[in-house]
Amino acid sequence: MTRDAPGPIFLERRTYRRRRMSDAARMLPILGAALFLLPLLWGSGDAEPVRTSVVMFYLFPVWLALAVISVLISRHLRRDPADEGGREGR
Amino acid sequence: MATLNVLVLVCLLYVAFLFVVAFGADRAARRGRGTWLRSPVVYTLSLSIYCTAWTFYGAVGSAARSGLEFLTIYLGPTLVMIGWWWTLRKMVRVGRSQRITSIADLISSRYGKSNLLAVLVTLLAVVGTTPYIALQLQSVTLSFATFAAHDAPGATLPTQQSTAFWVALGLTLFTILFGTRNLDANERHHGVVMAIAVEAVVKLAALLAVGFFVVWGLAGGIGETLDRIDASPIATWDQSGGRWIGLTMLSAAAFLCLPRMFQVMVVENEDEDHLRTAAWAFPGYLMLMSLFVVPIAVVGLDILPQGSNPDMFVLTLPLQEGRDWLAILSFIGGFSSATSMVIVAAIALSTMVSNHVVMPVWLWTTGGSAMMSGDVRHVALLARRLSIGGIVLLGYLYFQLSGGGTALAAIGLVSFAGVAQFLPALMGGLFWRGANRTGALAGLGLGAVVWLYCLFLPSFGPSVILPQSVFDHGPFGLDWLRPQALFGAVGMDPLVHAVMWSMMLNTVVFVVVSLVTFPKPVERLQGAQFVNVFQHSGTTPGWSGGLAQSEDLLIMSQRIMGAAQAQALFSSAAQRQGLAGYLPEPTPEFLQELERELSGSVGAATAHAMISQIVGGATVSVEDLMAVADETAQIMEYSNRLEAKTQEQERTARQLREAYQKLTQLSVQKDAFLSQISHELRTPMTSIRAFSEILRDTEGLTPAEKGKYATIIHDEAIRLTRLLDDLLDLSVLENGQVVLNIHTGRLSDLLDRSVGAAGGVTDGFRIERHKSGEEVWLTTDLDRLAQVFINLIANARKYCDATKPVLSISAKIEAVGLVIDFTDNGSGIPTDQQSVIFEKFSRIGHTKAGGAGLGLAICREIMARLNGDIIYLPGQSGAAFRVILPSDVVSMPHAASA
Repeated sequence: MTRDAPGPIFLERRTYRRRRMSDAARMLPILGAALFLLPLLWGSGDAEPVRTSVVMFYLFPVWLALAVISVLISRHLRRDPADEGGREGR
Repeated sequence: MATLNVLVLVCLLYVAFLFVVAFGADRAARRGRGTWLRSPVVYTLSLSIYCTAWTFYGAVGSAARSGLEFLTIYLGPTLVMIGWWWTLRKMVRVGRSQRITSIADLISSRYGKSNLLAVLVTLLAVVGTTPYIALQLQSVTLSFATFAAHDAPGATLPTQQSTAFWVALGLTLFTILFGTRNLDANERHHGVVMAIAVEAVVKLAALLAVGFFVVWGLAGGIGETLDRIDASPIATWDQSGGRWIGLTMLSAAAFLCLPRMFQVMVVENEDEDHLRTAAWAFPGYLMLMSLFVVPIAVVGLDILPQGSNPDMFVLTLPLQEGRDWLAILSFIGGFSSATSMVIVAAIALSTMVSNHVVMPVWLWTTGGSAMMSGDVRHVALLARRLSIGGIVLLGYLYFQLSGGGTALAAIGLVSFAGVAQFLPALMGGLFWRGANRTGALAGLGLGAVVWLYCLFLPSFGPSVILPQSVFDHGPFGLDWLRPQALFGAVGMDPLVHAVMWSMMLNTVVFVVVSLVTFPKPVERLQGAQFVNVFQHSGTTPGWSGGLAQSEDLLIMSQRIMGAAQAQALFSSAAQRQGLAGYLPEPTPEFLQELERELSGSVGAATAHAMISQIVGGATVSVEDLMAVADETAQIMEYSNRLEAKTQEQERTARQLREAYQKLTQLSVQKDAFLSQISHELRTPMTSIRAFSEILRDTEGLTPAEKGKYATIIHDEAIRLTRLLDDLLDLSVLENGQVVLNIHTGRLSDLLDRSVGAAGGVTDGFRIERHKSGEEVWLTTDLDRLAQVFINLIANARKYCDATKPVLSISAKIEAVGLVIDFTDNGSGIPTDQQSVIFEKFSRIGHTKAGGAGLGLAICREIMARLNGDIIYLPGQSGAAFRVILPSDVVSMPHAASA
């Protein structure tokens, strides 16, 4: 048997990447929550109140960025039966 | 101006369009053509029922009153969606592997299939959702009235109440039509889902259109819009941190717990993989929905006269500027938001009400036995339809009683807080094995009481339900129990106050009670199943069969799932066990599978109760207990394997015993047959001999006498020949030497011929035919097939012991090919005889008159030669035989007549 294919190494890398991506997927909402709460810290001490338009210009891009990151992460999280110990008893 | 009339017309056209969409989608799905129905895009769009009319209109109103706070309602679900890997994935997996039908079913299933818990969840959900439905009705009537107000001379205005009534009626009709088409919750409501996906697109388009119009049409560009925002009353960001955090968390919790969200997210989910798309697409959708809210609010505050209702800015801005078509589009958007919410909420709640309240009560009143009563399927469907009507009616009544006043506007968040009480039990159930039923009941109960007392009842306003004195001094003068300042928490925002206390007390009590009480075995099993859903194969160990009667189970399942589906399930299970026919061994695996299938139709608790009626109480085996009690994997693995082996051996032994019994039975029958055949051969021989001797030896016989004796000899010879023919026929068939004579003919003609040949229809014997199924053409050996039919009909005539014997013949095309059932109304064939009737020489009992017991054996051989099959169908009204022909010999009428 020739062992020319880099299959196992490739698989290993892929599985590893998948695991890290699932970690990222877990972290993302925590990051999101922190970013969404951040405006509460603004303008608490200063005399000048923060303007609504500024907060909008912060929140909406953050929102969009979270969605884009979610696209990138979830592309790596395709369901892989081999990775889950072949459950699905049917 | 005839705007109002145009509006009504457009509205009706839109509704008709939705009907067509739903109908088309249902049709496509039933024909198996609807792969596009199962796309992740449709799934994502269906999630948008989160955005109800309350968010469509109310977001602008909320922004006009308190700035960016409305965003929290969208930020919470966004966080939940991008965090799908934590919770949603698990919820969907559990929902699919346990065949969950609603959130009440999930919680009850997790906590030992407790129906009490399911009833509590159902009640709370109904109490929380009814005002929400009322809110949707209100928004439709309000937007309608807004139009009417602009359409000044519209003299004959319908009253608000009548608008609400017609809307409620239409929605009920739509929901019943498309929401209760099938019983099994796992068969999805394609029509409804497609309709709400379309509505999702419409409402987004409407809001964006109004947004574009406001920013570029009215304000004059992005820069000018920003200037207006800075000059508006909501220019500064002075958000209360408590409300910002509290509302975000509340909306996140509600997103997971709302019955309608659970319905589209988990129950209607086609494929777990769709979550991957929804994880980014739904946050994107929410962002687009809220993008133009602030500009609309600001421009509305600026342009519209003082005192106009900010909740209606989306509508009044285009109207004010004379853009009637834009206003109509916006109205349709709001209408879509309202209707899709009501439809899905009614489906979700009706499933809960019928599965957890109506069905248990019905089963209980009918003597607690699913065996005795009629068709459970119809009862369940009827219950669901009535529940839908009841729920929409409740919403309508609430709307009418509350007078559609401002009290309703606050109810959206009140409702969120109510359903959020499910969260501790739900999350605890998914992530913590120690969570148990008592804890869930206590936590949920207390949370619900606190919510009712601190938020729901006060939401009607002071002195409506709770007297003013309770607000000021607490009940019975207990100062620390004031509903809006519990335990001395004075000065908090009432909503945050109520959410904080109810959730905190709920969680604490849930955890503490779970810690100090002890769960029942079933709860622990289900706990392990749910929490470790990704590791386990997802089966619930539970039943130890053996005592169960497969036939009883089949009869019950047929009533719930429908005959064809139940038979398919049973026969495939039997095949997997290596048995022929429809009756598998009631192994624990099979019983679990069956229970899960049934729970898709009637809910987990009811399915469990029904099976336990038949199987008996033994629900937990030693193996299961060890699996839970023992944490060390090795011992568990070892004992599992041992246990499995023992069971397998037991089953093999049972099969061997069965085979042995069959052999002995056959041998007895063979002996009986030999004596029978010698008797049968002997009787005609004796008379032939006797009469031929008379003819030979007696002188002076008259020609009449000679003729009579010769006839007797002839008849007896024919009888002998027939017997020998049968034997010969059988041996030819068995040796495979038969030559088939292939012809093409119509099934109905063939059956006519067979019925005629078997003696036709007489007064004592009726044959029911279903002509519609018989219009197919067959290309096979028609004479041989007719022989089978004649035999079956003649058998029914001979053996059916009913006082008014009726034979029903029905033909239909199924996956295996053409299936022709011959069912009579007699007492059928006893279970122990069913396995031998197709053997040679077998005759049931010893008393029945007639042939030598070769008929069915010949039939079986013929069908085998024709590549078909003939089987006995157990669990029918009488003896039932099924003739199966392969699909390649069958052709449809139009093809053959051409």
